[in-house]
Amino acid sequence: MMSQFRKMDSQVPKVTSVKIETQQFNFYYGGHQALFDINLHIPEKRVTAFIGPSGCGKSTLLRSFNRMNDTIHGTRMAGRIWMDGLDICRPDLDVVSLRRRVGMVFQKSNPFMRSIFDNVAYGLKVNRLTRSRAELAERIEESLRQAALWEEVKDRLHTSALALSGGQQQRLCIARALAIKPEVVLMDEPASALDPMATQKIEELIAKLREQYTIVIVTHNMQQAARVSDYTAFLWIGGLIEFGPTNKIFTRPDQSMTEDYITGRFG
Amino acid sequence: MKEPKDLTYGPGAPDMRAGVFSNIGDRIFRGVTLVFGAMIMTLVILMVAEMTRNSTLSFRQFGLGFLSHSEWDPVHERFGAWPFIYGTVVSSLLSLILAVPLSLGTAIFLAELARGKLSVAVAFLVELLAAIPSVTYGLWGIFVLAPFLRQYAEPALAAAFGFLPMFRGTPHGIDMLAGGLILAIMVTPIISAVTRDVLMAVPRTQREAALALGATRWEATKVALSYAKSGILGAVILGLGRALGETMAVTMVIGNRPQVSGSLFDPSYTMASVISNEFTEATSDLYRSALIEIGLLLFLVTIVVQSVARLLVWRVGRRLKEAKA
Repeated sequence: MMSQFRKMDSQVPKVTSVKIETQQFNFYYGGHQALFDINLHIPEKRVTAFIGPSGCGKSTLLRSFNRMNDTIHGTRMAGRIWMDGLDICRPDLDVVSLRRRVGMVFQKSNPFMRSIFDNVAYGLKVNRLTRSRAELAERIEESLRQAALWEEVKDRLHTSALALSGGQQQRLCIARALAIKPEVVLMDEPASALDPMATQKIEELIAKLREQYTIVIVTHNMQQAARVSDYTAFLWIGGLIEFGPTNKIFTRPDQSMTEDYITGRFG
Repeated sequence: MKEPKDLTYGPGAPDMRAGVFSNIGDRIFRGVTLVFGAMIMTLVILMVAEMTRNSTLSFRQFGLGFLSHSEWDPVHERFGAWPFIYGTVVSSLLSLILAVPLSLGTAIFLAELARGKLSVAVAFLVELLAAIPSVTYGLWGIFVLAPFLRQYAEPALAAAFGFLPMFRGTPHGIDMLAGGLILAIMVTPIISAVTRDVLMAVPRTQREAALALGATRWEATKVALSYAKSGILGAVILGLGRALGETMAVTMVIGNRPQVSGSLFDPSYTMASVISNEFTEATSDLYRSALIEIGLLLFLVTIVVQSVARLLVWRVGRRLKEAKA
């Protein structure tokens, strides 16, 4: 374990800038408050993991970064979330252009009932990001290569995406998110429905993508957080208990609660 | 491999045999439900058999020409079903042309946009429309719709689109257009309610996937619609089934004249209407037999249409299950 962390440390350049910053962020589902005064910095071009027991608010926080919670009726937020100096909580925000900059991969792979090609093309088409068919095909190949899926699907791009295995479908969803070149990629337990082999592939992919993207990943699996992330935030019943470099959180956390959770004493 | 030793009837084995009176309740339960199930099947078979038997006279007399002949003359006993087939098909299709956009709009509003109390209230009203007796629709058709069509709508249509044969002729108000409109109002609740259910069954994650990629609400709705498209087609065909068989309201407004006319302003006649209107007047055996043959035709057509609709809706359900698995 330790050697792995040291290896990671050496890869992380010392200077990092903040991509997303939350300021006294509160979130409510109707009368129920799900997040309490969250203050957090998400570093740019790093992998940040959110861990914590079910219902602790980690998915809610993640989904606040692309305003996906807007689709749920009766939700309300207070406080600020800054992304590159832009307040993404403001009510009059153009959420469509925000989501173009902040991509998302969901817990369960959710390809459209279309071909592999059309799945990846979707974001490019609705945002009119490509000018020609050739450019479209190029971007699709690039995205599928980035998601380490190209070699497996290049001969059947025009067959149904639903015929792919679970792990391939999830990598297709990653390729689809990457195609529109977002700055941030949110991943909501992206491997929780996958077998160990497919999970490993996704984790390798995350390690590769962290050079280009700011990645925020929610995970139930603490080993996974330790393996893939540079920074870790531990949430508990809607509060942020501790946030710091992953190796610190997993080896010498400041809070005893964090230590208890990580060592499996609760949660 | 050693065979497992059979100890079922060995010495000291517990007696596991089912006695005659054990589980007697379950047996009765099974028997009773079986009888009920069989009764429905028998009913359908008997209906077909009886209608076939009673229409033999007409079938012997006119053969397949019954379907294509447009003469309907009870006095000289010459019967052809073509005007009724034509009236039924055209009025039903007309109703779909009018009802489908309206129903899809309603269903999309209810499933994708409306929230909370508004959604519940509109959904309730839509379902209420389905519960109104068709004779009530007919009365409204005679006293409100028909005068409106005769005085305003049809002259306006004739003035604007008079170059099309379908909008030519004297505005009657009691005509094919009125029949199609009444049917459209009657099938809208069915199509929109089923479409709404189908849309609600589309997984949330499909819409979220589209939204997360920078799709607008309309674009995300299109994803949901394309996911549900065969179910929506099923809903439309379900509506078609209702339109084909609807009797009372159509009879009251369509004019009941057995003719084949290209104009929507001319009176027409449907299969269901002719049966309900003329059955009591059918004095001769051949007349009665011809009406029953029309009934048999209508029965077969609606069964086929309903089966296709069920099949399509069922396919969506199965595909959703597969997508979830």
